[in-house]
Amino acid sequence: MTVPWAPEAPPQTQPITQNDDVVRSRQQVRTFAQQCGLSLVEQTKFITAASELARNTLVYGGGGEMRAGLVERHGRRGVAAVFADSGPGIPDTDLALTDGWTSGGGLGLGLSGARRLVDEFFLDTEVDRGTTVTIVKWAR
Amino acid sequence: MTERVPVLRIGDILLVSIQVDLEDQTVLDLQEDLADQIVARSARGVVIDITAVEIVDSFVGRMLATIASISRLLDAETVVVGMRPAVAITLVELGLSLGGVRTALDLEKGLALLRRSATGAELT
Amino acid sequence: MELLSIDQERVTAEWIDGVSRSLQGRISKAEVDRELRELYGALVDGLRAGDEDARGDGFSEVRALLTELSRNRARQGFTPSETAISVLALKQALEPALRNGSAEDTTAYLRLARILDDLALLTIEAYTRTREQIISSQASQLMELSTPVVKLWDGVIAVPLVGTLDSARTQVVMEKLLQALVDTGSEQAIIDITGVPAVDTQVAQHLLKTVVAARLMGAECTISGIRPQIAQTIVALGIEFGDIVTKASLADALQHALRRSGVDLVTRQDGGR
Repeated sequence: MTVPWAPEAPPQTQPITQNDDVVRSRQQVRTFAQQCGLSLVEQTKFITAASELARNTLVYGGGGEMRAGLVERHGRRGVAAVFADSGPGIPDTDLALTDGWTSGGGLGLGLSGARRLVDEFFLDTEVDRGTTVTIVKWAR
Repeated sequence: MTERVPVLRIGDILLVSIQVDLEDQTVLDLQEDLADQIVARSARGVVIDITAVEIVDSFVGRMLATIASISRLLDAETVVVGMRPAVAITLVELGLSLGGVRTALDLEKGLALLRRSATGAELT
Repeated sequence: MELLSIDQERVTAEWIDGVSRSLQGRISKAEVDRELRELYGALVDGLRAGDEDARGDGFSEVRALLTELSRNRARQGFTPSETAISVLALKQALEPALRNGSAEDTTAYLRLARILDDLALLTIEAYTRTREQIISSQASQLMELSTPVVKLWDGVIAVPLVGTLDSARTQVVMEKLLQALVDTGSEQAIIDITGVPAVDTQVAQHLLKTVVAARLMGAECTISGIRPQIAQTIVALGIEFGDIVTKASLADALQHALRRSGVDLVTRQDGGR
């Protein structure tokens, strides 16, 4: 999936290698969500989704990075975040997207929950290569 | 060394007011502190005020549910107060209903709820 | 450029005539006269600057005037044709000058015609943009209007829903209701759907989510006014309302809410005298 980054503002990269990087990712995503004019509820949904995915990147992916920024398509504006790690990957994506399924100690709501909170969700993963998750939310 | 969220005491009730964007480690520390304090101060109730919290993800949500379960085992009741509408909508969408966690609109109503439970005059 | 200045008075007069005829007096001739003379001046200035392109710098003044004109036409309810004619009628007004004109005049006319066509397209664009703005602002106004949150009692609020519920509107209701809980400190909320003709899965899901979200905030939500057909749909769709309180009428729901908030309703023996 190629992300339609808005031409005037290049996306920013946030490494996710330690605990407080999850907080930093949330804060960075918040700035962009506010900039593109999402309503408060939509902002909250997007930031929460980003928080889930940032934690996944750290805990299951063994660290990685987030690229976040404004996007634009057919005159609509939105916000996107791409989480990438080079961890173990996800062998069964259907299973991983099922509510309640977890490979770690979580609630199993990270991936499936995050998908429900955004407008577009792309999961790209390969065993032993890593996982990339892209989320997009458009302003109404 | 991460910051710890202060736990205040009013009578036999412990009060925690979360004012910062929580790091995962802080969340775990809080869970531990509360369990210790409930026993140390023989508290009957715990109020967690999340009025200032803008984001509750599954990690923080799970912490709230866990604290409620732990405190119940230690014979104390937990009430989460002040959840923002946007946070509530997001949690529902995320699939978290925080079963077993009691909630109230604000601190005052939360304290009233604990008082009612304590006197057994609860309606339900 | 010369084409426009040779016979200026006759051309502008015919232009103004043509435009006001098509508008059928819905804008006064004096108004049209003022608009078009201003436009004519700007157009001559633009051509004098030697600009060939309607979107070039030389015509920025013309474009500003036309955008303003199109915006006004759109707001006053004119059609796109009635808007574009403001530019296109000038072509017709110029045609008589060609009859005895030289080859140079024809070339000049064609050049000007191309610019005018571009400008006419520009009016349509500006017109459409304005209409879209009007539509979207009306849609959001309607959304606001159709979802009043009312206070029924101290600590009890209600939203009476009327009309077809779609996903977007239900979401707005949900947010407004939850915010009203915080603003009024109410622990009881009633969603009355007496005026809702039909409920689909998505809308029912939204209603359920509202109730759960209210619960997370520490408030209780009752759904009232479920009509028999809707009850049948809900069951047929297999939607589980679980432990959510539903009442047949708003009155029943209010009674329930009052009881839950500790208010006793007593009928006096002497009939209220």
